[in-house]
Amino acid sequence: MSLPDYGFYILCGTAVILLAAQAVTHPTQFFQVFIFGLTQGAIYALVALGYTMVYGIIELINFAHGDVFTLGAYIGTTLLGFFAITEGTFTAINLIALIIVFPVVMLIMGGINITIERVAYRPLRNAPRLAPLITAIGMSFFLEGVMFLWRGPATVHFPDILPTQSWYVAGVFFGVRDIFVVVVGAVLVSLLAVFINQTKLGKAMRATAQDRDAAQLMGIDINRTIAATFFIGALLAGAGGIIWGLYYNTIYYQLGFRSGLIAFTAAVFGGIGNIPGAAIGGLVIGLTAAFSDSYIGSKWTQVVIFGILIGVLVFRPTGLLGMRVPEK
Amino acid sequence: MSNAAPARRRSLRERIGFRERIRDRDTAVYGILILLALMFPLVSYNITEGTAWISHATRAGYWVLLAIGLNVVVGFAGLLDLGYAAFFAIGAYTYALLASPQLASSPANHAVHISFWILIFVSLMMAALFGAILGFPTLRLRGDYLAIVTLGFGEIVPQLFYNFDQWTGGINAVGLIDQPLLPAWVQGPWSGDPEFKIVSPFNFNTDPVAYYVLVCFLVAIAVVLVTNLYNSRLGRAWMAIREDEVAAAAMGINTVTTKLLAFGIGASFSGFAGAYYAADVALVSPDNFLFIVSITVLVMVVLGGMGNVSGVIIGALVMYYLIFILIPGLPEIVTGFASNVGLGSLNQSTGDWPGLGEETQRLNFIIYGGILVAVMLLRPQGLLPSRVREQELKHAAVQEEEAAIEMSHA
Repeated sequence: MSLPDYGFYILCGTAVILLAAQAVTHPTQFFQVFIFGLTQGAIYALVALGYTMVYGIIELINFAHGDVFTLGAYIGTTLLGFFAITEGTFTAINLIALIIVFPVVMLIMGGINITIERVAYRPLRNAPRLAPLITAIGMSFFLEGVMFLWRGPATVHFPDILPTQSWYVAGVFFGVRDIFVVVVGAVLVSLLAVFINQTKLGKAMRATAQDRDAAQLMGIDINRTIAATFFIGALLAGAGGIIWGLYYNTIYYQLGFRSGLIAFTAAVFGGIGNIPGAAIGGLVIGLTAAFSDSYIGSKWTQVVIFGILIGVLVFRPTGLLGMRVPEK
Repeated sequence: MSNAAPARRRSLRERIGFRERIRDRDTAVYGILILLALMFPLVSYNITEGTAWISHATRAGYWVLLAIGLNVVVGFAGLLDLGYAAFFAIGAYTYALLASPQLASSPANHAVHISFWILIFVSLMMAALFGAILGFPTLRLRGDYLAIVTLGFGEIVPQLFYNFDQWTGGINAVGLIDQPLLPAWVQGPWSGDPEFKIVSPFNFNTDPVAYYVLVCFLVAIAVVLVTNLYNSRLGRAWMAIREDEVAAAAMGINTVTTKLLAFGIGASFSGFAGAYYAADVALVSPDNFLFIVSITVLVMVVLGGMGNVSGVIIGALVMYYLIFILIPGLPEIVTGFASNVGLGSLNQSTGDWPGLGEETQRLNFIIYGGILVAVMLLRPQGLLPSRVREQELKHAAVQEEEAAIEMSHA
């Protein structure tokens, strides 16, 4: 442990103590905000995983990823429009629609992300490092343009088809939708963890992230592995987009920009390239955003989040769970 | 050995010839730019009968300044800065607050009006100071982390200008910013006067050409400074760090100080451009410094050819034309073209079809994004890449080959 590490722990410890004081003095408000932060964090975690996986494997900040997430929500709302869903209550058709739409949107987003990788990133794999970054920004504009052209500049309604039951437990209000978001997020992250750790392709991805040349010498098809990474990242982002839509019922074509940056912060916070780190980072950033919204004021939330980003990188550049890696 | 000697002599001659060609290309680019800059006011005045082109040119000027500054950070030293607009904002707000009635309605309760010619250096210093403050703890990190830190900084700074609205006016922006004053100036046909005359004292807002001349001077000064820096010991240290940081450190270069200098000098150009920008538009709002500005400057640098000052200037001008003139003007061009070729019916909006002009306008994002992707795929090294850098890489390959030949002869 070095001096900067102590700085990091002192900062984290102070934040935790302040929050604990709030939890004791105003428990109702604290737990209400906590639930809100948890749901937000579950969505950020899903998006952050895509950033961290792509960064881990090709060291690219994939600026288009936030827009992949938003496009998932846009495609989701369109597909849900084909079903005879009932808004405001929960029917059997709603359930069927959800069961069909979730995998379909995820697969579509996976396909789109593979295409993006094939067109915009793969030809530049040996180019100067900034070239793929610029194409990522270009793809981000492109996707935003597609959504703008498709549904216009205004906000788009996302059907409200989740069960509306809710409970008051000790004054804290929570609904089925809160549970839904957290459970779906947790299930997807666990599936990803199993995939990365147990399957052959997951092993290939870890090997490629560690040393691309060596992995290639071991007979791993690099192009296929990188494409798979983009595919899986987009699956999670697509699911995140639908969850966002189901929870907030409003989407917007530039939604992916700000939430993308925040999710990226979450990935850095957890240790970029580290998959459990991104999930935990997403939760922490979601909670931070919720606490900052209610205790400091929503206009300071962005400053707090990006301040944390800078603080983490200064005091502990490897993030919460990251390992120290030498510069390549 | 008899074979190797002529080969080496030829490569030497080639190398000398190459140096000349490098100089030639830069001289040619700068020559054309100077010529165009001199002719531009008269030509544009005669063609457009107005000042629209001139004000476009002055606005393109601060983008050029920004691109030259970011090129020091990204192109020379190889540090990726994704929050460059933050320093631009700091420069602009330094000028805006110290040369406008804004502070009269702030807790300070007293308006400050300091001369532009002093504040432009104050803005420069402020931006450099913040660059150093941000850079000092972060530059010892890995390169990618620096990009992320600057990204965060670039997001925080405009938000702070929003939030401290007591001082900065927040979302209402700082207005009524002072214009630069000069003791004397020449006016002539370009500013609507029938004959040449000397105006004294002169306020810049009476003549748009004055801003044009000012920005040309600023760009010229920036180019001279940057070119000299590039050829100095510091410039070579930057290049060494860019190519291989570990090797540079082993050669005795203090990498942290050298990177900090690149970061601070790059930021100072941004502050410089910010002060000029605030004076030119006379209204500074946090919305003018969002992430998109940093990205646009970065695109200008990468598109122009990182590390090559003349290339970066061309890149900035091309991108300015593309983003601020061509793409906004595209609907008009397309509708005009459609009616000329007899497809005028497409211009009317019917049912779901909003009309060709409107449709083109909606395609703006797609066109811009598509251009970025296409240009990078076609020329990942930029329009006019740094030839010295190319040559260094090629030269290294040639030397290796020669060494291999000598080895095989021995």
